[in-house]
Amino acid sequence: MAREHVKHIESYTPQAGTMIPLGSQKFLRTCFVWQLIRFAIINVKMTKLILKSHH
Amino acid sequence: MARLVILGAGVAGHTAASFAAKWLGKKHEVVVVTPNSKWNWIPSNIWVGVGEMTKEDVTFDLAPVYDKAKVDYRQAKAISINPEGSTSKSSPFVTVEYTGQGKAGQSEEIEYDYLINATGPKLNFGATPGLGEGTTMGEHTVSVCTADHAIHAAHELDEKIAKMKKGEEQTFLIGTGHGMCTCQGAAFEYIFNIEHKLRQEGVRDKAKMIWISNESFLGDFGMGGMHIKMGGYVASSKIFAESIYAERGLEWIIGAHVNKVEAGKVTYETLDGKTGEQEFDFAMLIPPFAGVGMKAYGKDGSDITDTVFAANGMMKVDADYTPKDYRDWKASDWPKTLQNPTYGNIFAAGIAFAPPHPISKPMKSENGTPITPTPPRTGMPSAMMGKAVARSIVDMINGAKEPTHTASMSEMGAACVASAGKGLFNGTAAAMTVYPVVPDYEKYPGTGRDIDSTTGEIGLAAHWVKHLLHFAFIWKAKLKPGWTLIPE
Repeated sequence: MAREHVKHIESYTPQAGTMIPLGSQKFLRTCFVWQLIRFAIINVKMTKLILKSHH
Repeated sequence: MARLVILGAGVAGHTAASFAAKWLGKKHEVVVVTPNSKWNWIPSNIWVGVGEMTKEDVTFDLAPVYDKAKVDYRQAKAISINPEGSTSKSSPFVTVEYTGQGKAGQSEEIEYDYLINATGPKLNFGATPGLGEGTTMGEHTVSVCTADHAIHAAHELDEKIAKMKKGEEQTFLIGTGHGMCTCQGAAFEYIFNIEHKLRQEGVRDKAKMIWISNESFLGDFGMGGMHIKMGGYVASSKIFAESIYAERGLEWIIGAHVNKVEAGKVTYETLDGKTGEQEFDFAMLIPPFAGVGMKAYGKDGSDITDTVFAANGMMKVDADYTPKDYRDWKASDWPKTLQNPTYGNIFAAGIAFAPPHPISKPMKSENGTPITPTPPRTGMPSAMMGKAVARSIVDMINGAKEPTHTASMSEMGAACVASAGKGLFNGTAAAMTVYPVVPDYEKYPGTGRDIDSTTGEIGLAAHWVKHLLHFAFIWKAKLKPGWTLIPE
């Protein structure tokens, strides 16, 4: 299955010099429950960032 | 009664006007001068540019909002500033030329006690031959810088999709149209929205997609890149960005100064001194920004533009403009109060202030052509500057001797959400936070930034954040109930 995610990469191209997400990572990106948790975490992170930025 | 005049009603100017009017009440006067009749939530222009939103979704009329806020709204463009007045006028004033309100073409001198320059940039299409003339976009490329530009881009995109559905292959070229551009993030978001749309339309296999940018590495974003905590590592945004491009099968040309645009073709020079050509069927190239070209005059009418503005037309503020080698740059070079050093009642906010230097390392091609991203000052930093400057001026009107609030880009963070599609259940966005925007290597040795506050992740949740920001910021800009509770 993993080959499905990398089959478009050609050797010795710039695209071959980085990391490519595999199935589990892609699944988590759209997993509704996991993303609900991430949504809360992103909002907390952004709120902390805003609070740190006001002087 | 004091009068505060604000030039510009973009993110910085509108934020400053809204808060100043609220804090000053009826005892003082707030005047906003802007050539536009509508406010535009520019980040969502990306969705207009792929046909997912309309102009009405991302704009609203300013007049009723300012009427409600008791702000004196003038639909006009600022031409010049007389910070010392003139031989016939003792008070400082700005000269404006109306663009609407039934007075188009008429000039007026508006006196002020305090002035905020928040004009934003001039879209300098004319800097690249073929990209456009002056501030007018040319015929060979599209843009998403304004809502109208984005509507045009969406029509062009639809035409290309129709061709692909008939079996034709098309080349898409997205990025920056000059070696000194900023706002790579907008182009970054646009290329991924197009890529997502082509997948949805079932024609992705007919498209060759190429990114062209003045960044010396992917993920520079005009901020010298950043380091993100990922999976137990601290990794460069170069890896983060390259991974996103490679995953989606995009090619990239970096360190590039586009020096000519023709029908279906750009020519460019790269940092290694080589030149190249790239053909395209559809191109969206961000133009470089410049100051809007305001002049400044002394009391005797002498030209003092060089005293008030930097060479690029942006306004001088309390930054350290001493030319320095890249290795000697410090976070403290960046302005804090955004007050003009010569005229204490003039401030600048957002893109209108002159940065002391880039954030990315300055680079030149082997032929001597500067190819360096200029610093991003849009969105969250602009709003924070607008609010801080408004607070300082309100305090000074009420008796403070000096500005009371600061908004240095070396002491503030920024959040950026780059969508890929608009769906609530499909597509994935990249959510990034960076703190501080300008790296501070004394406070954060190594990466220059707080790695606990500098983050990046990809997922559907970031789409939801993008939707949330769209509706929250338009709600706030319309000054609807509770608007002050929505942070900048």
